[in-house]
Amino acid sequence: MGRKLLTEHINVEGIDTFEVYRKHGGYRSVEKAVKTMTPDEVVEEVKKSGLRGRGGAGFPTGLKWSFLAKPEGVPRYLVCNADESEPGTFKDRQLMSKLPHLLIEGMITSSYALGANTSYIYIRGELLYVLRILEKAIAEAYAAGFLGKNILGSGYDLDLYVHPGGGAYICGEETALLESLEGKRGNPRNKPPFPAVQGLYARPTVVNNVESIAAVPVIVNDGGDEYAKIGVGKSTGTKLISACGHLNKPGIYEIELGVPVEEFIYSDEYCGGIWKGRDLKAVVAGGSSVPILPKELILKTAAGENRLMTYESLSDGGFVTGTMLGSGGFIAMDETTCIVRNTWNFSRFYHHESCGQCSPCREGTGWLEKILHRLEHGHGNERDIDVLASVAKQIEGNTICPLGEAAAWPVSAAIRHFRDEFEWHVRYPQEATRPGAVFPGKAVLA
Amino acid sequence: MAKITFDGIEVEVPDGTTILNAARTIGGGIVPPAMCYYTPLKGSGGKCRACLVRVAAGSAKDPRPMPKLVASCVTPVQDGMVVENTTSEQVLNVRKGIVEMLLINHPLDCPVCDQAGECDLQNFAFEHGVSTTRYEEERRTFEKIDIGPLIQLHMTRCILCYRCVYTADQLTEKRVHGVLGRGDAAEIGTYIENIIDNEFSGNVIDVCPVGALTDKTFRFKQRVWFTKPVNAHRDCENPKCCGKVVLWYKGKDVLRITARKDQYGEVKEWICNTCRFDKKETSDWTIEGPAHIDRSSVISANHYELPVLNAQVIADLPESSVRDLEQNPPMRLGN
Repeated sequence: MGRKLLTEHINVEGIDTFEVYRKHGGYRSVEKAVKTMTPDEVVEEVKKSGLRGRGGAGFPTGLKWSFLAKPEGVPRYLVCNADESEPGTFKDRQLMSKLPHLLIEGMITSSYALGANTSYIYIRGELLYVLRILEKAIAEAYAAGFLGKNILGSGYDLDLYVHPGGGAYICGEETALLESLEGKRGNPRNKPPFPAVQGLYARPTVVNNVESIAAVPVIVNDGGDEYAKIGVGKSTGTKLISACGHLNKPGIYEIELGVPVEEFIYSDEYCGGIWKGRDLKAVVAGGSSVPILPKELILKTAAGENRLMTYESLSDGGFVTGTMLGSGGFIAMDETTCIVRNTWNFSRFYHHESCGQCSPCREGTGWLEKILHRLEHGHGNERDIDVLASVAKQIEGNTICPLGEAAAWPVSAAIRHFRDEFEWHVRYPQEATRPGAVFPGKAVLA
Repeated sequence: MAKITFDGIEVEVPDGTTILNAARTIGGGIVPPAMCYYTPLKGSGGKCRACLVRVAAGSAKDPRPMPKLVASCVTPVQDGMVVENTTSEQVLNVRKGIVEMLLINHPLDCPVCDQAGECDLQNFAFEHGVSTTRYEEERRTFEKIDIGPLIQLHMTRCILCYRCVYTADQLTEKRVHGVLGRGDAAEIGTYIENIIDNEFSGNVIDVCPVGALTDKTFRFKQRVWFTKPVNAHRDCENPKCCGKVVLWYKGKDVLRITARKDQYGEVKEWICNTCRFDKKETSDWTIEGPAHIDRSSVISANHYELPVLNAQVIADLPESSVRDLEQNPPMRLGN
């Protein structure tokens, strides 16, 4: 069993209250940081830890912090991105609802490191009950003197607010989130300028995922070097994986980065294998936007090495034979899954969630969905598969924000790895669209 | 000042200039097309992706190429930047893709659209697109919204450039229209079917690159290439109105009045609704002379500044036609 850095006390009775959380070592990092460390020392520890952004892109958090512009006399902001809404990802919700004080502690320590006197937690609109939990926890932290003016007598002031969004996926994109937080329509901004220079209210801003911020107290308490010892190579520390799909034990697992994918799926310590004794067909390893991989490629890389749950190992082979760790939304599909239907389902989501601002994404996501809908319902034609691949390519890289890519990658990858199944839908629509139909294998196309 | 190389041409521009504006100082065929960017409107640009260019070298300090194509209208230049537009195969291919994306849900009702002939999307598709489509699905349609007696909104033609939203935001006190909805269901509209009513609302017609917002007083009156643009001005009582317009004549009638556009189709000085909709008599105006049209191909093809009668053609015409032409020569204004 790997170490649990974030979720060690998650099942303790009453851990969502200040007293119990404090009794289990909570808010130590705030004391340590504001009393014994300078803000730059905290940033240095986070840099040393090698912590990488847990929201999906995996950008080193310490490096991101060091990019923050610090002009004199201008306020800076820390914003926590709690707009988790990628299909297959549900780790932050659990973390916030069970351990609200861990996030708040992380926010205080991180804000201190960045010199922010006002910080925001932007939470997804659907998670209203979590918002209430957080607000209660924030009130407790204010009462205990960990928030507000002159925190623990150190002279450092911090106000923390929770702001609910309207439930749009696009508001998880950092600049759309900032627009939404400012009270505007959640459209992503053109970059540059980046948020580190002009973010919230045109001030320097850092936007971090919930899990990244929740890891900061651990790093400050134990030291960055200690944190960096966990994991493999540049993937350090622990990561929450929300495993779902056709697994015996779906759920949220905190793993030490570096666990082999095979062990994660089949070991009883984690997911316990595929349900109903079936065989694994494919895995989407990091939330719906990352490329899907067939069983052979998710368990072993193209070079035949064991694939590990790390940023590097999962992306080994680029997008041809690899994928991404992403946000840790691990979706497993058994042998009866229809890949066309699954791809259509993902496309439907991105079509619905595109903000409609830039033309390739606005028009392209709809086009993808319509073609996939036709294929899945037995009205596809020979040209469709190539058109799909080409439309996905036209979107990719040409949009304002990464939503375009998120919509295009699953489609490109599904065609790359499961082209036979698409062709089966075109050539044998009656069999392929029967309820419960299972692709019989390549031989049927011969 | 920053020195950049655009399609092999060196140009020096002030710091902070966008790549597109740097290209416009060079001018000519290398200027990237722009469907949403509009110089006078703050915040516009970056949306249509028509102006994507490849940055082959980011700056003199960091000469690495940028990983993705960038929107030239919102990306500022850096000293030593090397940009490829017409010289990059990738850029031209992507632009074809953008044309396709903009057209798949566009109704292509140009034969009955008032914008035809001066439509940015027509020009853009003609210059950069392909002549066939791969789109087999049903085109998107919208419920009709009435936004008042002066402006006609045709949402199906809209390409969501947001120009009209910025115009209303930056020109008038209270903006009542905006973008409602999301994704490909996003539409320009007024919340709960409000009417757009203010002295400068007509300018949204001029900034619209397509036929989504057209002049109701000019609707179905005439194809633009049969009308003759004439520059004129008057002393407008409205201090925010420049009073400088283009009158579009058919015979002796002023069919339509618009603000003046530059070679990139941009209005630099706005006009009020009184000038636009209420002063349709020649006597209201001081005529300056023919308006210069050099970009909208169809209108300039019919332009009276050019010799309309070609001697060679006349020689081949039947005698009766030649006589007709001599007796009723095409209208000439000015000199």
